[in-house]
Amino acid sequence: MALLEVKNLEVYYGVINALRDISFEVNEGEIVTLIGANGAGKTTTMQSVIGLIPARAGTVIYDGVDISKMPCHKIVHLGMSQVPEGRRVFQELTVYENLMMGAYSQKKDTNFKEDIEKIYTRFPRLAERRNQIAGTLSGGEQQMLAMGRALMSHPKLLMLDEPSMGLSPLLVDQVFEIIKDINKDGTTILLVEQNAGKSLAISDRAYVLETGKIVLSGTGAELAASDKVKKAYLGG
Amino acid sequence: MKFIETLLNGLSMGSTYAMIALGYTMVYGIAKMLNFAHGDIIMVGGYMIFITMSAIGNPILGLFAAVVFCLLLGVTIEKIAYKPLRGASPLAVLITAIGVSYLLQSTAQMIFGSAPKMVLIADLGNLNIGALKLPVYTLVTLGCSIVIMLALSLFVKYTKVGRAMIAVSEDKGAAQLMGINVNGIITLTFAIGSSLAAFAGFFMLLKSPSLTNTLGAMPGIKAFTAAVIGGIGSIPGAMLGGILIGVVEAISLTIPAIAAYTDAIEFLILIIILLVRPSGILGKKRREKV
Repeated sequence: MALLEVKNLEVYYGVINALRDISFEVNEGEIVTLIGANGAGKTTTMQSVIGLIPARAGTVIYDGVDISKMPCHKIVHLGMSQVPEGRRVFQELTVYENLMMGAYSQKKDTNFKEDIEKIYTRFPRLAERRNQIAGTLSGGEQQMLAMGRALMSHPKLLMLDEPSMGLSPLLVDQVFEIIKDINKDGTTILLVEQNAGKSLAISDRAYVLETGKIVLSGTGAELAASDKVKKAYLGG
Repeated sequence: MKFIETLLNGLSMGSTYAMIALGYTMVYGIAKMLNFAHGDIIMVGGYMIFITMSAIGNPILGLFAAVVFCLLLGVTIEKIAYKPLRGASPLAVLITAIGVSYLLQSTAQMIFGSAPKMVLIADLGNLNIGALKLPVYTLVTLGCSIVIMLALSLFVKYTKVGRAMIAVSEDKGAAQLMGINVNGIITLTFAIGSSLAAFAGFFMLLKSPSLTNTLGAMPGIKAFTAAVIGGIGSIPGAMLGGILIGVVEAISLTIPAIAAYTDAIEFLILIIILLVRPSGILGKKRREKV
């Protein structure tokens, strides 16, 4: 059964129809990617699914629960987590305090110390900078922090919105490695990327968005081999 | 000697302003709105003290009643007047807040009339140390305010909910992604701000017992000035700004040549500070998000 099932999602900004009849699903254990150009509606889809932007129509079923009308903070408590576009770490808080915020939805009896050590092991850079104010971190470090923060809530589904944006090629590779690792440890991933080549390479399945509509879908390998995708997104 | 007395008086007035300024600054930081009805919460608190004291004569119970009533009033105003306007233009919210301010003042006038009520909380006398003559109420005001401000600072810095307040003030969307109920945090902020206003009302009546329906108007504006001077949105800034305004006021009032211009001097300080530091003394310039 699908962990996330999105059916006929419609989102409007005023009179502008940002998403038209979007349907897709993410199965447990998969890495699924939405690719598309700027303005295709990738971020809108991510924010609408997690309840930050209200949908005008359509249903979103997560883990068997209809979350279409649920506010974001309740959805997060159900075990969905998102690394937003632009990272959006809390600039005035330290690395450690940011990770604490990530654990906000956790009950008191969960093992916070153990969780945070796991994050420090996965991202050694964060351990070194645990008492540094997040606003003073480099872009790559902030991306690591945003990912670590999102993992602190033990998500079943982790959504990442453009995690490679603005990073050096070396860091981009590192980010994709980490995403693969997180998935291997049992977290389902929904990824939004402009870097189509790298994301298709690690994806089980993918969808192509164009001006608010899904125009193509298939396995990562299928899409990477498709002429249409090659022309439009892979520069060849 | 005279100077120490003036300074203490200033610190006491300043800490009262700081208590009010905290309400402005916290609501601004978290709900991103200027709650111009905040000053009138002080006045409502004053009348609650008046009612309780007329009925049972105990000022501490009066303070308690004022805090509880103001807390509920602040939360109710937020629910009825401001929450439906979330996402509306800031101007609509501002006008609504001004409307709420007049509503509170007029309601108080309808119920209690326009003649001042005398609310004699307690005559605490003076503390004489050598030639030094210190009114005890200033010590009480200053002492209580310090304790409250310290508690508030510790709450914001070291509790889970306090950190959630910082998160909401910085980025509402990201805060929701952490599972924080933003509406709940806004309600809490109004509750805290309105309770602090009730304390401010108590301190003001302790200093001078005359109570009218415009009790909170001028102190409200001055505390707002203090919040802007300190850097609106900043909790330490509101404390600093409040103390600064209070001390300047006390000193200015003792100098006959400028005593009459005291209010003007305070607002002049606001203008000068905003010219030099547009975001206030402790206000941060937000970095543009990439």
